[in-house]
This record gives sequence, structure tokens and C-alpha cells, in this order.
Amino acid sequence: MKKHLLVMAMAAIGVSGVYAQTNDTLAKIKASGNISLGVRDSSALSFTLGNGKYVGFHTEMAERIVDDLSKAVGKKLAITYTPVTSQNRIPLVQNGTVDLECGSTTNNLARQKDVAFAVTTYMEEVRIATKANSGITGIKDLNGKTVATTTGTTSVQTLRKNERANGIDFKEVMGKDHADSFLLLESGRADAFVMDGSILAANISKSKAPADFKIVGEVLSVEPIACMIRKDDPAFKKAVDDSIKHQIADGSLAKLYDKWFMQPIPPANTKIGLPMSEATKAAWANPNDKPMEAFNSK
Amino acid sequence: MANWDWQVFCKDTIDGEVVANCWGSGKDITYLHWMVEAWGWTVAVSLVGLVIALVVGSLVGVMRTLPNSPWLVRFGNAWVELFRNIPLLVQVFLWYFVLPKMIPVMKGFPPFVLVVCALGFFTSARIAEQVRSGIQALPRGQRYAAMAVGFTTFQSYRYVILPMAYRIIFPPLISESMNIFKNSAVAFAVSIPVLAQFYLQAGEETGAQVEMFVGVTALYIVSALAVNRIMTAIEKRLRIPGFVAPGGTGGH
Repeated sequence: MKKHLLVMAMAAIGVSGVYAQTNDTLAKIKASGNISLGVRDSSALSFTLGNGKYVGFHTEMAERIVDDLSKAVGKKLAITYTPVTSQNRIPLVQNGTVDLECGSTTNNLARQKDVAFAVTTYMEEVRIATKANSGITGIKDLNGKTVATTTGTTSVQTLRKNERANGIDFKEVMGKDHADSFLLLESGRADAFVMDGSILAANISKSKAPADFKIVGEVLSVEPIACMIRKDDPAFKKAVDDSIKHQIADGSLAKLYDKWFMQPIPPANTKIGLPMSEATKAAWANPNDKPMEAFNSK
Repeated sequence: MANWDWQVFCKDTIDGEVVANCWGSGKDITYLHWMVEAWGWTVAVSLVGLVIALVVGSLVGVMRTLPNSPWLVRFGNAWVELFRNIPLLVQVFLWYFVLPKMIPVMKGFPPFVLVVCALGFFTSARIAEQVRSGIQALPRGQRYAAMAVGFTTFQSYRYVILPMAYRIIFPPLISESMNIFKNSAVAFAVSIPVLAQFYLQAGEETGAQVEMFVGVTALYIVSALAVNRIMTAIEKRLRIPGFVAPGGTGGH
């Protein structure tokens, strides 16, 4: 009996990797008339307004992708919004709970072993935010300082790489989420906050005194952010990619960018105020699904 | 399960290459090295917290049973109610963010001190409650006997009441010592790099969530079990033959 329980527990743990998936998402969503869309609670590209309502640049783009998918399968698809976290998003896509995840997932080589990515729709630039009066202007000035970043993000690794590459030494503190990391900066427990530019800009815009903070220095890392789908499903990937390319071509994606980054947005009606970066423009001009490593070869 | 990859622990934390000695050198460390460092933080937070909890908990617990000192008893009661009725995570945030705003000198305190205070005081309320119940579980005659031989209050606690009371409450004290190890994971919420934080970060970086989870769980089990064994050994050594915790016979 005990052995049975153990085997079941082990099977439950290993489930995501063990069960083979039926790799035809188009047929699946056509049969059920429903698509499960992975969304985030509080990322700059996808966030919740409460009451199960999810919005954001990537969320709205995904809703348009679903419209195009509805045409492709010949019937109106209902959307189930499934909130995901950094920890569970890959297993949930693999096991079929989520069909299309458009949050803020970086396309990198490690993840490509488990899942596939649509063409890149946003290029994230990792930057440094600091108090406007701190005198910090770049990574070199961080020597001997305390630097905050958020647990469970790629920025932690970026920071370590830069620390070694530039031969500088600083103390890292890791907040449990972005709000917490920003609080570390705001309360003076950290001298700088290293994170995705969009997240920094969003946190600064929401703070009590946005003028007290600024984003400084060089771009520490460039990360392609893309929608995530199941691996080995070329028909579904093509349908999603085609929809994105079509949105880029007719200018609707640029309008969405303007709406979510340059105009006041809910819930507080503040502007993020982050103009489109050259890297994002390049990604749209030449749609591709290259991983992060292709952009940061040093 | 076939695709579990235990080599991930030997990977360098910067370039992701497997390191031959699985440990790294200088500033280039492996995930195994990092996990052991995180374990060190967990053990440090827990042990220092436990010491604070035992000392403060004993003092407050004794205070609540003192004869003829109603204000000390009230203070002890208030202490227990305060620290027992606020969720631990909220207490950690209070120590970390709110108190330094109210008391400027605390701004200079390292986060480790603040989180250890939060964890220690929270647990002290629980230990105080156990110490009080242990003292009150003794037959009242013990206290009277101490008074009859002319002991002061301090002497009667030191030589008569507490040696018996601690033996009675040792089993729940063992549980409490194990609990503090598990509760130490809240230190992650205020950026102490404990095991819980390691799991979230390393799992994300390597994509090996399950392997990291198993490693971290194993270390938690090892630490809690070690505390359990040590405390049980102490309990055995202190046991007095013939002394059995009174059950239902107290009060006369």
C-alpha cells in the first residue's frame, strides 16, 4: 500500500515530462470550441485588473490572434484566461492546460527544449533604475553598492554575468516580486534595481514620486519576449505566427503598442511612457523566433 | 522521470557549464555550492531565531505564572496575544518595513537581525504558552513546598518548578524547534537568500524545477530531522527515572 502511494506520488511529480501530448492544438481547440490563454497577474505586458479580467499589450494581441484562429478553424473560439506564474507556465503549456501563453516569457535555448515560441513581438531591454540623485550612471558605478533584482527572473543571471565581465563587486538583494524589489529601491535598502525596462518604467510611473527615479546606463541584456506554445506543433505555430505577422503588417500591433505604453492605462490611468526600442522595431521588421542567446553573443 | 537531470547541480551559475569538481572555485560557483550557501542562511536564521525564542519565551512564560505580580502577568499575556495573533508573514513585514520608519535607528539594522527578531518573537509567544502550561501542570503542592522551606520566588522557580516544568513540555518544544526551521522560509519575503529563495531562482534559471525542489526539500528534511534527533537525545539525558508528567492529578 505504502509503495503504491509512493509510485503515485512520483508519477504525479513526473507527470509533465512523462505523458506524451497530442500535438494538434488546432484540432483540439476546434473540437472544444475553447482556447486556454495563459496570462500573468502583474507583468508589464499582461496583468489583471481584478475580478478575473486580464489586460495588457500581449493579452490584447493574443485576443486578436484568437480572432484569427477562429477564422482558421471556422468557428468562434471562447477564451479561458488561465493565470500562470514564472514557475508553472512551462509545465502548464506542456501538459495542455494552457494552449497559448502570451505573458512576458523570454525565448531562450533552455526553454526551447521544452516548448516552442511564436515570432518575437517585444524586445525587452534589461536596464538599471536608480534614484535620480544617486549619481549612478552605469554598471561601473555599481561597484560596492547594493543592487536589487527580482527572484525568479533572468535579470539575476544577467547581473551576475555583468558583475564578472566588468570585474566589479556589489551586493545583490533579491525581492520576492517586482513591487518588493522596487520598495527596496524606494526605501533606500538598495541603490539600484536591475530589471526589464518595461517593468522599471511601469513601477516608476506608479510610484508616489516618479520624478525621483530614473532609468540609466547601458542595456545590460536584450531578451526576445514571445508567445509560448507547445513544441512540435507546426500547424498551430504557423497559424499564430501568421496572425502576428498580419497584425504587424497592417499596423494594428503598433497601435496596440501606443495604447499600452504611451497612453494612460488602467488601473491607475498612468502612462508608462516607454517609446518603442530600436530592437523591437527590428524584430517587427523581420519577424523571427531566435532565442535570447542569438542577441547576446559576447 | 527518465528525463530528470541531476547534473544540473554541478553546473556553473553563470555560463551553465558542468564543472568537474561540482563545487566551483572563487566567485564562480555551481548550483550545488549556491544551494549549500542558501542552506547556511536557513540554518543561521533558524538557530538564532530559536535561541531568541527560547530565552524570551521562557521569560514571558514564567512571568505569566508569577504570584503577586499582576502587572507582569498582564504584560506576559499581552505579549503572547500580540505575537500569536498576527500572522508571521505580516510580522516579518512589520519588522522590515514599518518599524524602521517609526524608529529611525533601526534603519541601520541588517535585514538578518530584523527577520531573526520577527521569527524569534513569533515563536517566543508559542513557547511562552507552553512554559506557562508546563508550570501550571505541576501540582500546586510543589510551589507550597518550596515556600515552606523558605525559598524566595527566584529560588523556587530555579530549583523546584522549572526543572519539572521543562521536562513536561519538552515534546512540544521539540516540535517548536522543528517548526522554526520550516517557518524560516518566510525570510525569503524580505530578501534573505534562504533555501526557498534559492529554489525559486535556480529553478527558473535552469528550467530544472523538480530537481531543485527535491534538493531543497531534502535539505529541509535533513535540518528538521537533525534538530529532532538532537532535542530527543537531550530529552533522554534529562529524563528522571520515576518522574512521570502528572496527568489529571494536578491541583492537590
